Amino acid sequence: MKSEMIFSGFGGQGALAIGKFIAQSAMSEGKNVSWLPSYGPEMRGGTANVSVVVSDTEIASPVVSFPHIMVALNQPSLDKFGPSVKANGLIVVNEDLCPNVVKRDGVDYVVAPLNKISKEIGDDKVLNMIAIGIIIEKTNIIKYDTLADHLTSFLKDRNAELLALNLEAIKKGMELAR
Amino acid sequence: MGNKVLMKGNEAVAEAAIRSGCRLYFAYPITPQSELIEYMAKMMPKVKGTFLQAESEVAAINMVYGAAGMGKRVMTSSSSPGISLKMEGISYLAGARLPAVIINVQRGGPGLGDIQPAQGDYFQATKGGGHGDYRLIVLAPSSVQEFADMASDSFDLADKYRVPVMILSDGLLGQMMEPVEFKEYKTDKEIEELGKQHYDWCIHTNEDGKGHHHNEINSLEIDPNVLERHVLNLEQIYKEIEKNEVKHEEYNINDNNEFVCVAFGTAARIVKSAIDDLNAEGRNIGLIRPITVWPYPYKEIAKTIHGNVKRVFVFELNLGQMVEDVKLAVNGKVPVEFMGKVGGLVFTPEEIKEKIKAYL
Amino acid sequence: MAIIAKRPDSLREVSFTYCPGCMHGVAHRLIAETVDELGLKNQMTGVAPVGCSVFAYKFFDFDMAQAAHGRAPAVATGMKRARPEMNVFTYQGDGDLAAIGTAEIVHAANRGEHISVFFVNNAIYGMTGGQMAPTTLPGMKTTTSPYGRDANDIGYPVRVCELLNTLEAPYYIERVSLLSVPEIIKAKKAVQKALTYNKEGRGFTFIEFVSTCPTNWGLDPVKSQQWAKENMIPFFKPGVFRDKGTEGGQK
Repeated sequence: MKSEMIFSGFGGQGALAIGKFIAQSAMSEGKNVSWLPSYGPEMRGGTANVSVVVSDTEIASPVVSFPHIMVALNQPSLDKFGPSVKANGLIVVNEDLCPNVVKRDGVDYVVAPLNKISKEIGDDKVLNMIAIGIIIEKTNIIKYDTLADHLTSFLKDRNAELLALNLEAIKKGMELAR
Repeated sequence: MGNKVLMKGNEAVAEAAIRSGCRLYFAYPITPQSELIEYMAKMMPKVKGTFLQAESEVAAINMVYGAAGMGKRVMTSSSSPGISLKMEGISYLAGARLPAVIINVQRGGPGLGDIQPAQGDYFQATKGGGHGDYRLIVLAPSSVQEFADMASDSFDLADKYRVPVMILSDGLLGQMMEPVEFKEYKTDKEIEELGKQHYDWCIHTNEDGKGHHHNEINSLEIDPNVLERHVLNLEQIYKEIEKNEVKHEEYNINDNNEFVCVAFGTAARIVKSAIDDLNAEGRNIGLIRPITVWPYPYKEIAKTIHGNVKRVFVFELNLGQMVEDVKLAVNGKVPVEFMGKVGGLVFTPEEIKEKIKAYL
Repeated sequence: MAIIAKRPDSLREVSFTYCPGCMHGVAHRLIAETVDELGLKNQMTGVAPVGCSVFAYKFFDFDMAQAAHGRAPAVATGMKRARPEMNVFTYQGDGDLAAIGTAEIVHAANRGEHISVFFVNNAIYGMTGGQMAPTTLPGMKTTTSPYGRDANDIGYPVRVCELLNTLEAPYYIERVSLLSVPEIIKAKKAVQKALTYNKEGRGFTFIEFVSTCPTNWGLDPVKSQQWAKENMIPFFKPGVFRDKGTEGGQK
């Protein structure tokens, strides 16, 4: 099994981190992974994005042209990558920054106000964790427990409060996707 | 061991270099290799090594020359425009027979070009670049793991033959994260021993118990007869390297291949995806991936061109550089087709499939 | 029988390749004698430049490196960082140090590299046959300034000691001359100071020797000395620019 993903948004929204957490967790679950970011001036143009591949077999091309899963944290990202998502694929849209969502047939959409929800949880920074929660619920790419363990070992002693917020955001995302 | 970590190529190769006993690193910042110099800045002090941000690429490679002359494992890194600046020093390293490792995280050119991945420095790396008759051993990684493994391989090769070694990577491999597994750290004692293997030629104190010596680190031979001997001696070393060190990967190479593709580094990964798809549709296409681009696997490529192979395809992220070596290897037996992508763009598997399908 | 003069241990039994009347041999000797006196021979090493002294790596009787044109301070940086237990110097001419190698000398000085730099300034490119140097005097004729150096066109000579003296890090900067026996004795003292500081790991030390080039100036050695005293010394004034080792240090 091979899943190809693109996560995209404004620089600072945490799109690249979505990729990193998913790649890290999938690696822990014994999968092959690759994480290929955009870099340079493109980062400032509104679509800081990362291509992630998770696969049971060796990953050949790390360049993703037609993703199975795409997260658009802002409108330029949705416009740029939305049309190339594969049939039966999943698109997660941050409704707060994507005023113009034209849904394609045959693609699964989760459209949610991620900025608003993250503020309700208590920290803007966990916006990307909600998106990961949605992907966990909708697909079997990674398990919640793997990511939770990873975050716990990373944050427990450094920032227990942020850890709790992150875990809450992932669960909120999973709820949204149900 | 057995612990995989997710790391960028730029960081992984730096970590692997430190583990292989590199305690001296001199470089100048340039995108897309910045993570490499930053990693060294962070980690070298922790192993009591030297990290020095030089005033220029030119100074950095000459610091490498100085440190290599002391018989210590030393490395520098840069990206294409910076590697051009280092070429003077690389020629001197070759002339003075100094072991050192140079990493090129290639980007688009010519000139300032852009900062996206490219393979436009193949000629520069494999055919010269600096002045005079010399060769670099050039290793071309195609994954983060291989990039990291090449750090220790290149130090070993540099020490074995007393030649500079280049790792010819690109912005994609530098920026990409993949799982990587590292070898153990060399101990301080092992590193000291590595330095001592060069005592018969390198600069060191007279207090090693062997008495007085006068070693010269030098590429100047003003007498043409002496310089001739020196260059012919280099030729012998290069022949030895060509005999012993050629490395390549074969991917679905068999007696029934209808087509054979040749690609190195990042380009080879995209080609693998494309031929996986085509082979799933019933084709039989193989890939040869040179791992050393100098010495080049001419014989290994020639061997795969048997009666069933109708055509050879070469894919590179440049206007067609390695294709000249492939043509030498194929030697006119079958047509050689080329497809390149330039400007720092990377072709997609779809584009490659289209190119091949045009000849079905 | 008492020996009153002999070749310093730190010079090899190799004939110099310098022209008659050239002062490089004297400068080499000052360095070699001092290395002997300080007992540094076993851990001494140096870097030869590109220029007339390109073969300096053959003359000193310890391990030596030869550098690309202008790059000696960078090479010496790599050497000192690789084996800090050794004492490292560079030996450079004016074209090497003050033209093509300007960046390397300024930044090695600015880092306060623990090396000694011996800079021989004779206002001309000797090895390539008498071309204009960054230290060629205004009006001075060379093969590439056949009508005399026009300062309005190509600028004024570079005063390297003064330039480096604007930096914080250097430990010791002095300009001496090799234009008479008393001046040579003074120069020896400067070399002794530089290499003593080097031995003690004090920091970056820099000695400029104002010197001559009889061959390319077209003057005999005695007239060369006279010409340099009259023309170079007023522009390149000898003196201690920086000595952090003395009371009150800076100047």
